[in-house]
Amino acid sequence: MGASLATVWTLARKDLLLELRSRDIVLAIVVFALLVITIFTFAVELTPSRSMDVGPGVLWAAVAFAGVLGLNRSFAMEAEGDTLDGLMLTPVSRDLIFFGKMLGNFIFITIAEIVIFPVFEALFNISVLQVETIVIALLASIGFSAVGTAFAAVSVRVRSREIMLPLLFLPASVPLIMAAVESTSVVVNGGSWSAFSDWLQLAIAFDVIFVIASAVLFQFALEN
Amino acid sequence: MEKSFGNAAVLRGLDMTVRDGEVVAVFGANGVGKSTLLRVLTTLTRLDHGTISVYGSDLSRRPEIARLLLGAVLHSPMLYGDLTVKENLSFFGKMFRVPRLADRVSELADRMGLTPRLDQKVRELSHGYQKRAALARTLLHRPRLLLLDEAETGLDESARVILDGVISEHRAAGRAVVMTTHSIERGIAGADRVLVLAGGRIALDRPSSQVTPNDVTGLYGDLSSPGSGDA
Repeated sequence: MGASLATVWTLARKDLLLELRSRDIVLAIVVFALLVITIFTFAVELTPSRSMDVGPGVLWAAVAFAGVLGLNRSFAMEAEGDTLDGLMLTPVSRDLIFFGKMLGNFIFITIAEIVIFPVFEALFNISVLQVETIVIALLASIGFSAVGTAFAAVSVRVRSREIMLPLLFLPASVPLIMAAVESTSVVVNGGSWSAFSDWLQLAIAFDVIFVIASAVLFQFALEN
Repeated sequence: MEKSFGNAAVLRGLDMTVRDGEVVAVFGANGVGKSTLLRVLTTLTRLDHGTISVYGSDLSRRPEIARLLLGAVLHSPMLYGDLTVKENLSFFGKMFRVPRLADRVSELADRMGLTPRLDQKVRELSHGYQKRAALARTLLHRPRLLLLDEAETGLDESARVILDGVISEHRAAGRAVVMTTHSIERGIAGADRVLVLAGGRIALDRPSSQVTPNDVTGLYGDLSSPGSGDA
């Protein structure tokens, strides 16, 4: 178990080091998400009540769409240098490679959210920096990174991978995006934990199912 | 072994055995399936039919065990361009759980003439030095079977001497080498056995002492394209 965790961390640490050098992934997610959020602040007249109505949807749509860019990049860099083949030549099981890549993507999305949320709060003038929203964001990041890592592996060898990944990722993530939007909506309107517990349960169930299913899909995608 | 890509049969019932301490040179015209053969042996490409056993481990059933025994230099160096040589070797060493990794990295860097370049990013290295780094990555876990796909391409003379030395040491240690090359004289001189692929099969399999360059090139002609007929 300890050795497996060390391998997962070694894989994620390698991705973090590469990101630290290139800053491709987090920058892409943050810039795209902030652009979407900024455009909406101009497009919609943001009265306090309207901010609470449309804000959560805008926030999670921006994170989900921007996340696709980052997820695409995280696998593209493995394909460019054929380093995916290098990983495949190691005796590490495909499951551990999946969890290593997923952990890296989870960290990238989470770092991006740390930048995006305060800017969103300032522009929409609604408070999302609360414990409840942080829990929702963590659950959403786990789901996004699991689904995204698996589908990025599926589309990495496809010529039109930039198109293929969003086509696979976004429909599959709809339940999680719904759960995140509805939960956030309850929180910004002053609701308690119990008021969005159903959505929270949906997000948890999504994460459990899709982490397992994505690990299987990832293995299948790499082997074939 | 049988492998097709679409309608093109690349390997058609190819059967071969490599023994410990043996260096096997595989020749064949472009597109005849040399690289496919090596990718199949590395587990990177799946066979359509057939089995491969590496020191008793079935490649399809126990690939993790087999991968511990294999080391491969393929066309691409398979290294992260934005990481330094040292970071790359350390990363892959950890993936193979190489004991005393720092010592092993220093030892291989010294052996490959990479010590002054250990802290340089791989993308900043020349093609030849990237190939040296790829060879170092391949040798990290002391593989028992070394697979070299045109490994000498892009290497200068001093690097070729290093590569020849690695192959000789591998043979002397009772380990096996399978290499593809277009350098026929060099391949024959460095190998114990010569295989020529043609038409997806082995068209020639002889000790290198009984093979001349003409024997090899003679088989490159009509038989070279996959599915072109019986070899």
